[in-house]
Amino acid sequence: MSLIEKTLAGGRRYWLWLGFLAVLMVMALLGWVQEQQVGLGITDLSRNMPWGLYIGQFIFCVGVGDAALVVMLPYYLHHWRAYAKVALLGQILGTVGVILAMLFIFVSMGKPVRLINVLLYPHPRSLIFWDMLTLSGYVILTAIIIFRLLIAEQEHSAPPLWTQRLVLLSFPWAVGIHTVTAFLLCGLVARPYWFTALLAPRFLASALTAGSAMLVLILLLLKRLELFDAEEDALRRLATTAAYCLVVHVFFTLVEFFNVFYGGVPQEVEHVDYLYGGLTATSPVAPWMWLSAVLALVALLVLLVPALRQRTPLLLAACTSAVISIWIEKGFGMLVGGFEPSPFGATPPYVPDFSEWKVAAGIWALGAFLVTLMYKIVFSVRKEAES
Amino acid sequence: MKITRKEFLELSGLSVLAAGALHAVHAVKAEETSHPAGAQADPPKKQMALAIDLRKCRQRLGCNLCSAACNAAHNVPQFSDPRHQVKWIWSEPFAEVFPLDQNGYTRRNYTGSPLPILCNHCDHPPCVEVCPTGATWKRAEDGVVMMDWHRCIGCKYCITACPYDARSFNFSDPRTALQQVNPDFPTRTLGVVEKCDFCAERLAKGEPPACVEACPEKAIVFGDVHDASSEISKALEESYSLRRKPELGTGPNVFYFL
Ligand code: SF4
Ligand code: SF4
Repeated sequence: MSLIEKTLAGGRRYWLWLGFLAVLMVMALLGWVQEQQVGLGITDLSRNMPWGLYIGQFIFCVGVGDAALVVMLPYYLHHWRAYAKVALLGQILGTVGVILAMLFIFVSMGKPVRLINVLLYPHPRSLIFWDMLTLSGYVILTAIIIFRLLIAEQEHSAPPLWTQRLVLLSFPWAVGIHTVTAFLLCGLVARPYWFTALLAPRFLASALTAGSAMLVLILLLLKRLELFDAEEDALRRLATTAAYCLVVHVFFTLVEFFNVFYGGVPQEVEHVDYLYGGLTATSPVAPWMWLSAVLALVALLVLLVPALRQRTPLLLAACTSAVISIWIEKGFGMLVGGFEPSPFGATPPYVPDFSEWKVAAGIWALGAFLVTLMYKIVFSVRKEAES
Repeated sequence: MKITRKEFLELSGLSVLAAGALHAVHAVKAEETSHPAGAQADPPKKQMALAIDLRKCRQRLGCNLCSAACNAAHNVPQFSDPRHQVKWIWSEPFAEVFPLDQNGYTRRNYTGSPLPILCNHCDHPPCVEVCPTGATWKRAEDGVVMMDWHRCIGCKYCITACPYDARSFNFSDPRTALQQVNPDFPTRTLGVVEKCDFCAERLAKGEPPACVEACPEKAIVFGDVHDASSEISKALEESYSLRRKPELGTGPNVFYFL
């Protein structure tokens, strides 16, 4: 109980921020209720795009789950002291990311009240079944870890052995949730854009990039707000991790392009072509995909050169670019490329409706809300432990 | 933090093993289960199929009696917005249905004319494979791919997995888009997926599907392709036929005579 009470002590800024997020969440809830009552027809989803922004955000959010991996693994396996205070923050971000991912699937469903059918009539050949198990399992597992690590910090003691073992179990699990998510798409013969064995590795590379870049951004923000002073060493190491992962991410993407374009099988080329504007004159997604490509290259340049990435404003810009780039590519392009052009060659543009943005914003707001509360608890526990 | 790398590796190895074991258990369970969803294990004794003779169908370009009969029989909602239409059997131009089965010199006669398309009641239906609830399954006795509209959670995974665009999601309340309701067939609700069911309700009474009966040219033949003496098997033996995207390995059971 005492842990939860800690979220109640905060200044004006804190309450304004939570209030703002609460407003977004209420708007999203109302928007979702309307979508359920009137039908998903009020969104821009259609026969050609049965999945859209929501499922894209789901993919991106599972990636945020890997923010935990980039700090927890080096700390618990390689004993990087620099991450002593950061590891828990990364774990919280990751767990909240996976909660959001599940919510995004939920809002995309036509009959969510029947969700229980997945467990009543389990159908293990369906990847959704496994996704549901692995995602909820990950949240439960890491929630226990977070709780126990907090207690340990409160008591100034090392976490018990069983917690440490759970932490180790969470590493392959984190890789697993993203693999299962990729399998959801890459086993479908109907969708050539996804039908590639490289999808799971690509998801992992982009997730680790976005996860570490996001963590850098959060740490810089917390520093600015004077809430938490991340060590320079931790930031430097995270930036290096982001750099390596981004290199792999860009490499994987280029490898895929080579395969598609050099091979030149029309059914494969047309999807990538559509994404980058080569197929139709008016592809609303093309400018975004190009923006994503440019941002990735900018981030790559800055992160690769140590002299550049050590300058805080540049690091900030690079990490922002990396996150936005991957958010466009995974959170949106992935879905559009999968569905357009349709099996009949149709390319009706998909532009997410205001209602979809509203619901998505509310879910993200819930994420920010949870992260804020959890960080608040962590910082109060630490302050008490110090004094 | 006294956990060595060795311990970690052991632990990861264990979890991989556990996952493998789980998979095996599930595979066994899937074989045992009597639920229709497990039906992919053995091929159905019968396999209902449909063969459409386009030589006859082309005699009446623009005719849509087959889809009209289907829509009336199954309370298929008629939404005006093409992006939200619900379709069981409908027409698309040949060139788009068979994009790979033509070259630049094919007679316009073939490529331009529309032809009826519907769910192919595939031998290995990806829609059934991906459905997390078993709301769609392949019927063991005759290979018809069925839908349970009360179980479907509207996740639309099956729409994503079907290579033939044969499934429709109810983006609005389907009951508002019906001019007349056939009281003998259920209507659907908002947020569920539906598709052609080969007129399972008529098959139960020993009648052929509504589209077969409605065609004035007798262009559609229906029957069991596993039975060598059936009308459809004979027709398939006589003339060369096409199927949509057979290269995907789904084993479509709707055939077209050119
Ligand atoms: S055509 Fe599509 S909906 Fe019909 S059985 Fe095959 S995959 Fe399923
Ligand atoms: S939309 Fe319905 S039928 Fe299709 S996969 Fe989901 S639960 Fe199954």
